[in-house]
Amino acid sequence: MSLLSFCQWLEKTPGSIALHESLWVYPLVESVHVLTLCLFLGTAVMLDLRLLGVTLRRVRVSEIFRQLMPWTAAGFALMVVSGSLLFYAIPVRTYLNIFFRIKVAMLLLAGVTAWVFHSTVYRRVADWDLDPVTPKWARVAAGLSLALWAGIVVAGRMIAYNWFDPPGVH
Amino acid sequence: MSLLPFFEWCESTAVGNVIRESLWLFPVIESFHLLALALIGGAVLVVDLRLLGLGLRRQPVAQLARDAQPWLVWGLVVMVTSGILLFSSEAVKCYYNTAFRTKMMFLLPAIVFAFTVRRKLASADEGRVRPIWSKLVALVSLALWCVVGASGRWIGFSG
Repeated sequence: MSLLSFCQWLEKTPGSIALHESLWVYPLVESVHVLTLCLFLGTAVMLDLRLLGVTLRRVRVSEIFRQLMPWTAAGFALMVVSGSLLFYAIPVRTYLNIFFRIKVAMLLLAGVTAWVFHSTVYRRVADWDLDPVTPKWARVAAGLSLALWAGIVVAGRMIAYNWFDPPGVH
Repeated sequence: MSLLPFFEWCESTAVGNVIRESLWLFPVIESFHLLALALIGGAVLVVDLRLLGLGLRRQPVAQLARDAQPWLVWGLVVMVTSGILLFSSEAVKCYYNTAFRTKMMFLLPAIVFAFTVRRKLASADEGRVRPIWSKLVALVSLALWCVVGASGRWIGFSG
């Protein structure tokens, strides 16, 4: 079964139709998705900015990580749940949308960046925990993460526009 | 006196016309509006979570507030600038929009609160501030910003 036919099947499920046609639930889910940016991306950005050495320079990197990560993770969980519901409401059109595909690709890259950062340079955080200027690779990871997340937000916003949708898709 | 003529004038400005007639300007400006939202969220939360005792508990509030302040200010600058641009392209729609009116009614108190009460409390000597006041100020701050954000999102839904 191709991804497209899976989306076509998904689109015909009662839950998807109900969500798509709902007067209040869809806008509500979308609002949760947008406003959770503050919680998820807001806390993630503060960590990245610390890694870049431009804020909270006197706070231990590991402390920011430990204390803010529960909030970032909670925000991420809300993002994934609300985002999945948004996809579930309009599967075929979203799947074919170029901005959605760009967003998914950048999400994967952001995930890889975070994973590489944590399994390499962050392992030795004890050596540079209080340094106002962090190691070069920590700064590279933070810069990359900020750029990717900014791109994800922009691409996410653009999914609503159908400039490049294939003809006949609504 | 009705404000409608002023809103009509905003929409008739050159800036308003250019944005309204462009296919991509509105979404691009909207994207900056959203990126600033995340930044403001981070700058506000770092301090408010600390005031609530829910994050960075070992750091002095005043230090965190000082560090977060420039990011809050620059976030607001981008937010207000992009917001005015978006508004100028559809000012008359906003005039009749309940969500827009709600947002404006909460935006002013949110900004004033952030730069007066909250700022004063955050820079005060922590030993002399009763925890209940810190928590109350953080909750008011979060509540005000939440209403601003939620009603802002709702401008696009309500006709």
